[in-house]
Amino acid sequence: MVIESAPDFETQDLLINVGPQHPSTHGVFRMILEVDGEIVKDLIPHIGYLHRGAEKLCENNDFRQGVGYMDRTEYLASHNAELSYVMAVEALAELEVPERAQWIRMILCELNRLSSHFMFLGAFGVDVGVFGTPFIYAWREREALIDLFEEISGDRMMYAYFRAGGLAWEVPGNFEERVREVLVSTRQGMKDFDNLLTRNEIFLARTKNVGIISAEDAIELGMSGPTLRASGVSLDIRKSEPYMYYDQIDFEVPIGTNGDVFDRYIVRLKEMEQSVSIIEQCLERLNDGPIMPERMPRMLRLPEGQEVYIRTEAPRGEYGIYLVSKGGNKPWRLKVRSACLSNLQALKKMSVGQYVADAIIILGSIDIVLSEVDR
Amino acid sequence: MRGIIKSLATTMSTFIRGPVTHGYPSKHRELPERDRAFPLLLWDKDIDEPFCTGCHACERACPVECMTVIMKDNPNHESQDGNSKRRKIVDEFWIDYGRCMRCNICVEVCNFEAIAMNNTWSGHETSVYDRADLVMDLPQLMAQSKSDEIQEWVAD
Repeated sequence: MVIESAPDFETQDLLINVGPQHPSTHGVFRMILEVDGEIVKDLIPHIGYLHRGAEKLCENNDFRQGVGYMDRTEYLASHNAELSYVMAVEALAELEVPERAQWIRMILCELNRLSSHFMFLGAFGVDVGVFGTPFIYAWREREALIDLFEEISGDRMMYAYFRAGGLAWEVPGNFEERVREVLVSTRQGMKDFDNLLTRNEIFLARTKNVGIISAEDAIELGMSGPTLRASGVSLDIRKSEPYMYYDQIDFEVPIGTNGDVFDRYIVRLKEMEQSVSIIEQCLERLNDGPIMPERMPRMLRLPEGQEVYIRTEAPRGEYGIYLVSKGGNKPWRLKVRSACLSNLQALKKMSVGQYVADAIIILGSIDIVLSEVDR
Repeated sequence: MRGIIKSLATTMSTFIRGPVTHGYPSKHRELPERDRAFPLLLWDKDIDEPFCTGCHACERACPVECMTVIMKDNPNHESQDGNSKRRKIVDEFWIDYGRCMRCNICVEVCNFEAIAMNNTWSGHETSVYDRADLVMDLPQLMAQSKSDEIQEWVAD
């Protein structure tokens, strides 16, 4: 409720600076809020604090070295970021990826989606104002997933595990058992979150009907991923343009109805359940075989004068790689189409007319990773 | 109200759960075999010299250019009445741990399996007061392999 001021009482709008070093901005994001009392009248976002020139660095590195930089553009879902890159290289080099490598890639990408969404759930809980409980629960579940990634690839966040053509090395012998083991704890963690937040009246009061964006606006702003699906648009690249073996997998695309902050939360929670089911189906189809193509050149060189745009469904939306080759073992131009940057465009539209405190949870609900926005 | 009671029940259930954290730094979690910290050079115990011949393969493949290698003629070569088959051997080797991005590429390109990623806790606890202390030289890179502190895991 807005208290109307007396007519002779002089008021003026206030500019508030949020960030870049502020924990609620999920990195180094800065926004300037123009507020009238507690209502946001205007929002000016500032990005670029985490720009490291990953695209340019990739132009000076060959296709094996570039994988490491892709990890760092999207550090919460590195497997998904690597996937787009290696798929773009494979498309130009016309490499046939062995079946086993594809299944393992799918399992790892979905596991990474789980760990990334856990991170969202925890951080979102903090934004809404329940510091501690959901955050620590999310990190406990994410820890199990990250431990699994460490056992497979050797690193907890910057895996550098996918290679153009397949995988860097074979997964450990107890891979299947370990994945199933982790899925048990993941299921329990998702149930905990469901009990903790989904029907919690305080949480609903904070999130329902806050930061609404219509489907038309969402499409026009180029949003993608769960943030778009929360507005009721059923667009999932895994479904609409299946890559790898997603066409052989049976899964649903959960969509929201309202397009508010709560829908963006619930869509992600439902998506995690689908990911668990996808991983189980992948494990059933996983068979023995090579993980790299037989005729793999020692130094990969791409044909001259070709370009490709590959897009995959990363946890935050469409993660696309535009690769131009002019021959040689390095890309001539590499462009990362970041889902977070496009989703962030909607922040102003969502926030104007809302309370200042809600601007923070709206930002949290978009689930940005600043390293992906700035690259 | 029912929702709040349900969420409180979830919170309460943690009282009967065991702790999931480790008492770091007094207690160290066991690291998996493939754990990657920073690269180390390996020591050939049979001949008592490094495996590394200083061939610059890792230096060229490194995406962040964190390595510097200098090669020399092996004084222990058979032609010099030694017992080694390596004609060339590493003279100096520096790795700047401050620049290394731990991508494992140097291990993959090495033709002599002379370099491996440190998979012990010593590779993770590398805090120093001066950034220059992170530039490791040959004796420092060899020390752990010489004293059998690492069990190398080299990707095939």
